[in-house]
Amino acid sequence: MNDLANPLAHQFDDLDQQRDAAELGMWVFLATEVLFFGGLFLAYAVYRGQYGEAFAAASHHLDSWLGAANTLVLLTSSLTMALAVHAAQTGQRGLLVGLLLATLLLGAVFLGVKLYEYHHKYEEQLVPLFGLPFHYEGSARSQAMMFFTLYFIMTGVHALHMVIGIGVLGTLVVLAWRDGLLAERYIPVHLTGLYWHFVDIVWVFLFPFLYLVGTR
Amino acid sequence: MTSVTVAPPPRHYLNVAYTATSWLLTTDHKRIGILYLLSITFFFVIGGVAATLVRLELMTPEGDLLKAETYNKLFTIHGVTMVFFFLIPSIPAVLGNFLVPLMIGARDLAFPKLNLASWYLFIIGGTFTVWATVAGGVDTGWTFYTPYSSTYSNTHVMATAVGIFITGFSSILTGLNIIVTTHKMRAPGLTWFRLPLFIWSIYATSLIMVLATPVLAITLFLVAVERLAGVGVFDPKLGGDPLLFQHLFWFYSHPAVYIMILPGMGVVSELVACFTRQRPFGYAFIGFSSFAIAVFGFLVWGHHMFVSGQSVYAGMVFSILSYLVAIPSAVKVFNWTATLYKGSVSFYTPMLYALGFIGLFTVGGMTGMFLAALAVDVHVHDTYFVVAHFHYIMVGGMVMAYLGGIHFWWPKITGRLYPEGWARFSAILIFVGFNLTFFPQFVLGYLGMPRRYHVYPDEFQVLNVMSSAGASILAVGYLFPLTYLIWSLRYGPIAPANPWGATGLEWQTTSPPPTYNFDQTPVVTQEAYSYELGDAEGRPPEEIGRE
Repeated sequence: MNDLANPLAHQFDDLDQQRDAAELGMWVFLATEVLFFGGLFLAYAVYRGQYGEAFAAASHHLDSWLGAANTLVLLTSSLTMALAVHAAQTGQRGLLVGLLLATLLLGAVFLGVKLYEYHHKYEEQLVPLFGLPFHYEGSARSQAMMFFTLYFIMTGVHALHMVIGIGVLGTLVVLAWRDGLLAERYIPVHLTGLYWHFVDIVWVFLFPFLYLVGTR
Repeated sequence: MTSVTVAPPPRHYLNVAYTATSWLLTTDHKRIGILYLLSITFFFVIGGVAATLVRLELMTPEGDLLKAETYNKLFTIHGVTMVFFFLIPSIPAVLGNFLVPLMIGARDLAFPKLNLASWYLFIIGGTFTVWATVAGGVDTGWTFYTPYSSTYSNTHVMATAVGIFITGFSSILTGLNIIVTTHKMRAPGLTWFRLPLFIWSIYATSLIMVLATPVLAITLFLVAVERLAGVGVFDPKLGGDPLLFQHLFWFYSHPAVYIMILPGMGVVSELVACFTRQRPFGYAFIGFSSFAIAVFGFLVWGHHMFVSGQSVYAGMVFSILSYLVAIPSAVKVFNWTATLYKGSVSFYTPMLYALGFIGLFTVGGMTGMFLAALAVDVHVHDTYFVVAHFHYIMVGGMVMAYLGGIHFWWPKITGRLYPEGWARFSAILIFVGFNLTFFPQFVLGYLGMPRRYHVYPDEFQVLNVMSSAGASILAVGYLFPLTYLIWSLRYGPIAPANPWGATGLEWQTTSPPPTYNFDQTPVVTQEAYSYELGDAEGRPPEEIGRE
């Protein structure tokens, strides 16, 4: 907040250059994120190709209604995030704080549902981590284990990104409350928005890949 | 480095403040470059000590100095520190940090705080790795092949993997910063085709850093999860596929080879232009060949798995693609050579390193063609031939270019001139020592000596003794610059702004530069290499020298 008087950092000539640089930096960062998740999706594709039937059978142990509900929650949060960016640009402080809080809460709801699902899998003894009992009725036990391993790693890494996003949103709420993010200072909101949408899109792929495998 | 004393009048980035916090909390790209310089020199010493012990053990065919387990740990420490903590950050994080804003006429990188954060990530990652080394070491080799690394090794795989994971983000952030800076911070009039070739190559390097490193991060993350949570993503016993690890690992680590050579090519382009007083022949071809290497570099990872059970058709495709990399690499070599033609060549130390680079890189590149051939690779895979090949690229190429660059820009970085006679002597010593170390290893490998063993049949001893003798010369060669460069900080003559009569923007500001690099943002009206016009003072090329 010490740079409230002058939003322009010393290395830039003007605000346009500063905004362009920040935006390009975020896009480059998101490109690294695509490659980061790309490794996981490659592993998934390899094992799905090798163990297709076992993956379909194991996938039926996930609750696709909860997954669908969570997808809806997350897409709604993307809407509120996009509106928050607009509110910041147009200088509407109250609206901005409200929309950021809404985004944050929807993100929290998503994580709550996710935790409930994790807990449910634990009760069903379908968590193949840390030597927990793994009790699977189907024929291809180790292949189903691979499915659940990937399920927990992929959704876990995604959830970690959600937690980071929620932390950033919390910071933005405080800054917005102190008038720090309006008009030409909207860049942090814009960049957080890009990140938040990216995390949503990852889920848009995770949901069908994990919950909707095979016919039901 | 804080003890530099320079005559008081001009304020510059070194004498603006002397406190520890002014260094540890600095956001000045030049100071961060020096923080990296000191840190990677420290890691170079660690990696060098490990290499020394390896070469000592290999003096005799028996395992008389080290046990097999200790030997495994030593070559792992050597590989891990040299690759991840020296070579990858060497030119990008030291010279790249220092030079990119200066060369493009900017006050700093686009994200100075992120730049400092990336140094701290580097230090944190390095601390994990040093801790793993001190606490007992790690024995998987720098490649961490599964399932050995994920299931069977009882050494400190976790700490090392965490260290490299964290350091990877340092590399990503440096690359991101350089990409954005190159796009958005260039001085007025500095179009892409007026940029120095160093910027082209460091930009291509940065693309690799941001696109490949995340894949290494997720791969090491999966290995760590496998060890920690007892799952089997790469464990065949649990339905996992070890070859998947190799695909993911080399998807990063092959492009990483180009992180370890492209910046060196950029430095050599600068050196050859300056010490021939010529515009580099085929400027645009050299620039675009950097991009071609970066792009092809992403498509050849499978040539590391010709004998790993990969499909023979995949092997054929990867083999052909690997040959393609030779084209842009050769474009560069031919263009540098053509630049020498009818140039006013002078043999100052940086030029000696540059010429050494061109020859050694060519040997390293040509032997890479042997390895890209499917049938030959079956014979020489995992032998000393491979070791010799990549050391010609990494040491003969990158370390030579790094030292050449450090000498070339030393007056700009420190404001002092280094002693030319000692520097020439050590450059030649390093060249001789290097070839004596690694050329016998080509022969050893071709005769069938496998890598990573601490014992070998008696008939290989003569060549191994030659190699170890060369390594001792190489070590002495490295100690010289370490000594006289530090000496020059106090006793070297004061450097003028442009001791080489070079044309880049970085030479138009004072030595060392002020904190914000230029008193006024320069306006660029011509391309980077206008040597035919003489230097800034209008002296003709043949009169331009240091003394």
